[in-house]
Amino acid sequence: MQTLIIIINIIALVFTGWFIDWALRHDKKKKMLVPGILVLALIVIAALPFYGSTYSMILMTSILMYIILTVSWTLFSGPTGYISLAPAAFFGVGIYTSAILGKHYPIISVVIIGGLISFCLAVLVGALTLRLRGIYFAIFTFGLVQLMSAFLLWYEIKFTGTRGRFVVVINNQTIFYIMLVIFISLLITSYFIRRSKYGLALQSIGQYEEAAAHIGINVTAIKIVVFAISALFMGMAGAIMATRWTYVDPYSAFDSFISFLPVLMAIFGGMRQFYGPVLGACIFAYLEELLLTKFPYYYKLSFGIVLVAVILYLPDGLVGLIQTLRNRISRGRNAIFS
Amino acid sequence: MPYFLEGKNLTKYFGGLAAVTDVDFYVDQGEILGLIGPNGAGKTTLFNLISAALVPKPGAIIFKGQNITGMKPYQICRMGIARTFQTVKIFGNMPVIDNVRIGSLFGASTRVSSSEADRVTAELLSFVELSSQRYLLAKDLTLANQKRLEVARALATRPELLLLDEMMAGLTYTEVAQAMELVEKIHRKGVTIIMIEHVMKAIMNVCDRIIVLHHGKKIAEGTPQEIAGNQTVVEVYLGEQSHTGS
Amino acid sequence: MEKFLDVAIAGLLLGGLYALIAMGLSLQYGVARVLNVAHGEFIMLGGMTTWTLFTVFHINPLLSIVVAGPIAFFLGFIIHRTLFKKLLNSSPNQGIFESNSMLASFGLMYIVQNIAFIAWNPNIRGYSYLQHPVDILGALFGANRLVTLGFAILIGIVFYLFLARTRMGKAIRAAASDPTTADLMGVNINLVLAICFGLGAAMAGVAGVLISICYPVHASMGMEYTIIAIIVVVLGGMGSIPGSFIGGFILGIIGSIVAYIEPGLVIVAYYVIFILLLLVRPTGILGK
Repeated sequence: MQTLIIIINIIALVFTGWFIDWALRHDKKKKMLVPGILVLALIVIAALPFYGSTYSMILMTSILMYIILTVSWTLFSGPTGYISLAPAAFFGVGIYTSAILGKHYPIISVVIIGGLISFCLAVLVGALTLRLRGIYFAIFTFGLVQLMSAFLLWYEIKFTGTRGRFVVVINNQTIFYIMLVIFISLLITSYFIRRSKYGLALQSIGQYEEAAAHIGINVTAIKIVVFAISALFMGMAGAIMATRWTYVDPYSAFDSFISFLPVLMAIFGGMRQFYGPVLGACIFAYLEELLLTKFPYYYKLSFGIVLVAVILYLPDGLVGLIQTLRNRISRGRNAIFS
Repeated sequence: MPYFLEGKNLTKYFGGLAAVTDVDFYVDQGEILGLIGPNGAGKTTLFNLISAALVPKPGAIIFKGQNITGMKPYQICRMGIARTFQTVKIFGNMPVIDNVRIGSLFGASTRVSSSEADRVTAELLSFVELSSQRYLLAKDLTLANQKRLEVARALATRPELLLLDEMMAGLTYTEVAQAMELVEKIHRKGVTIIMIEHVMKAIMNVCDRIIVLHHGKKIAEGTPQEIAGNQTVVEVYLGEQSHTGS
Repeated sequence: MEKFLDVAIAGLLLGGLYALIAMGLSLQYGVARVLNVAHGEFIMLGGMTTWTLFTVFHINPLLSIVVAGPIAFFLGFIIHRTLFKKLLNSSPNQGIFESNSMLASFGLMYIVQNIAFIAWNPNIRGYSYLQHPVDILGALFGANRLVTLGFAILIGIVFYLFLARTRMGKAIRAAASDPTTADLMGVNINLVLAICFGLGAAMAGVAGVLISICYPVHASMGMEYTIIAIIVVVLGGMGSIPGSFIGGFILGIIGSIVAYIEPGLVIVAYYVIFILLLLVRPTGILGK
C-alpha cells in the first residue's frame, strides 16, 4: 500500500517537472486541463503526511532533496556545459549552518541563512574560476569538497575542541514541508530564469561563449549569478536535511557522493527537458533508499557503472530515449499511410 | 577631428610568433574598408584586437575618440561594434528567431524591452530574408543562410561599425552576389563596415578603401584602383588571385 | 639543523611522489585529453595491493613495483581502448569530449573505489618495511623514505630519457603538441593515446607502491591524491610534463614545511596555492 502511495507521489512530482516544460513551450493555445492536473498533483503531494505513513513521508523528503540537488545542478551546468562537482560543498555548508545556528535561531531562518552562505561561497568560487576555461572550474569544484572538510576538521579540533556537532531536532512533518517549499521555489525560479533573456544567454554560453560575449552578454557575471543561485538551493536543502541526522562531522557532512548523485541523476534523466532531472532523481533516490542500508558498496559501485554506461550509450538520458521512441512511433504511423 | 575607428601601432605575439606587428589604420564613418592579404597575414587577429577578443601588446584602439583598449568584448559590443566570425558561430540549437532576439536583448547600449526586441527581430529577419525560416533550428540552415543569420544577429546589437570576417567564404557564385547586395544594403542603413575577404570581385566593387596585410604588417593602403596597380601587392597577393580567376 | 634536514628530506620525498603522480596525470590530460579524476584510485590500488602482497604473501614491496607498474599500464591501456576511445568517436567536438571523459572517469572512480571497499574494508592499513634508521650527516632517517625517494627520482629520469630519446617518446611528444598533424605524419595516434593513458596509470600504480612503503594506506585515499596531482599539473602548467616534475617538488617541499608547522592544514595550503595560481597565472610555471 505504501509503495503505491510513493509511486503516485513520484508520478505527481515528475508531472510538476513536466508542467514546467509545458509552460515554457511557445504554443499559444493552452487548455485549462493541464494546470488543473498540476493543482491536483500538488495537493496529492502536500497532503502526504495525512494519508501516508511516517516512512513514506521520510522517503519522499529524501526524494525531494535529491530532486532539489539535481534540478539546481542542471540549472547551471545543463545549458552552459560547465560541469560543477561542488554540490556536496554547498550542501555541506547548509548542514553546518544548521549544526552551528540551529539551537539559537528558528529553523526557517537557519535554512535561509544556510542558503545565503552557500550563495556567497559560490560567488567566491565563481569569481575565481568562471573567468577561466571550463576545465579550471571543474577541477576546482572537484576538490572543494575535500578542502571544506579538511578545513572544518582542523578548525573544529583546534578551536572548538569537538570533532562533530549535534544538530537540533525538528519533527518530520516540518522537515517535509520545508523541503517541499524549497522544491516549489526552485521550480518557480528555474521557470523564470529559463523563460527570461538570461535563459537564452545561458544556452548561448554553452554553445559559443565567445560569440555570446560579442553580442553584448556579460558572460562572467551571468555565469557567477546563476551558479550562485543553484548553490543557494543546495545550501537550503542541506540546512533542513541536517536536522534529520542529529549528529554531523566534517566527513559525513561533506561527502563527495552528494556531488556524484546529482550528476548521475541529471545525465541519466536527460538534461534537454525539465522533467528529465526530476525523473532521474526520483528513480535513483528510490533505489538508494532500498539498497543503501543493505549493500552500501555494491549499490555505489553499480551507480558508477550506470554513469559510465549512460555517458557511453544514452547521452541524452531517459528523456532523450523517450523522445527517440516517440519519433520512431510517429514516423511509423506516417509510414503506414504513405 | 578624430577618426571613427583608429588603431595605433597594434602588435600581438603568440609565444614567439608575431601575428600582427606595428599596424596603424583608420576608418572614417560611413566607409566600407576592405582588409585583404594572404592566409596567415593577421587579418582575423586584427579583428580580434578590435573586438577585444584579444588585447594588443603594445598598441591602442580608439573608437569615436575613446580609448577602448583592454575593455571586455561585451562592452565593445554595447559601444557599437559588432562582428561576424570566420567559421560561423551561430547558436545551432536555438531557433533562428532566438538567435537574432538575443542579440537585440543584450547588445544595445540601453535596456531593450521584450516587445522592442521582438520588433527589431522581425525587422531584421525580413532584412536578411530569413523570415520564413524563423522557427527552424539554426543548425538546420544552409551555410549561406547561417551567415546571413550571423549578420542579422550582429545587426540586432545596433552597431555603428560592423566587422565582417570572410562572409563570402564557401558560397557559390550566386550566393556571393546576394551577399554583396546585403553588404550594400547594410551600408545604405548608415553602418560603417570593415570586411575581410578573399573574393576579389567583392572587395574591388564594394570597398571605398583597402588595406593589405602581409606577415602581420601593413604593406599597402589605398583605393581599389591604387591597390590593383600597386606592384608589391600584385606580387605578393593579387598575382596568385588573378591566376585562380576570382 | 636536524629538524631542517628532516623537513627537507620529507619535502623531497613528498615532492618525488607528487612529481610522479603529476607526470602520470599530465600524460593523460596533456596527450589523451582526459582529465582522469580516477587517477588517485590507481594510486590506491597500487598501495593496497602492495599491502596485501606484503602482509599475506610476504612479497617484498620493491618487487611489487615491478608487478604493479605493468599491471596498471595494462589496465589503463584497456580502459582507454574501450571506454575513452569510444567516447572520442562519439563526441562531436573537443570540448564535449573533455567533459564527457571527465564525467566518465568520475564514474570510473566510484567503480574502482567501491571495488576496493568490497575487497579490503575501509580500515587504514600500514606495514613495516625497511623502517630501520639510516644516519646522514648526524641526522636519522628511515631507510624506507630514502629508498622511496631514490626510486621516485630514478623513475623520473628513466621517463625523461624515454620521452627524449626513444621513438615512442617522440611520438608522444608530437601527439601532445599537435595530434592532428602527428596523425597525418604517420603516428598511430590511437595507439599513442592509449599508451599514454596506460603509462599514466602505471606511474600512479608505482607511486602507490612507493607511498605504501612510507605511509599508511586505505581504500579511500585516492581522491586526496587526485586533487594533489591536479594542483601540481596546474602549478607546473597544463600539458607540460617537465612542469609537472618541477611543480611536484615545489608542492612537496611546501607541503613538508606546512606539515611541520600545522599538520591539519596541508591540503588547505595546497588549495591556497591553487587559488593564488588561478588569480595570478592560471597557465602555470611552464604552461603556454
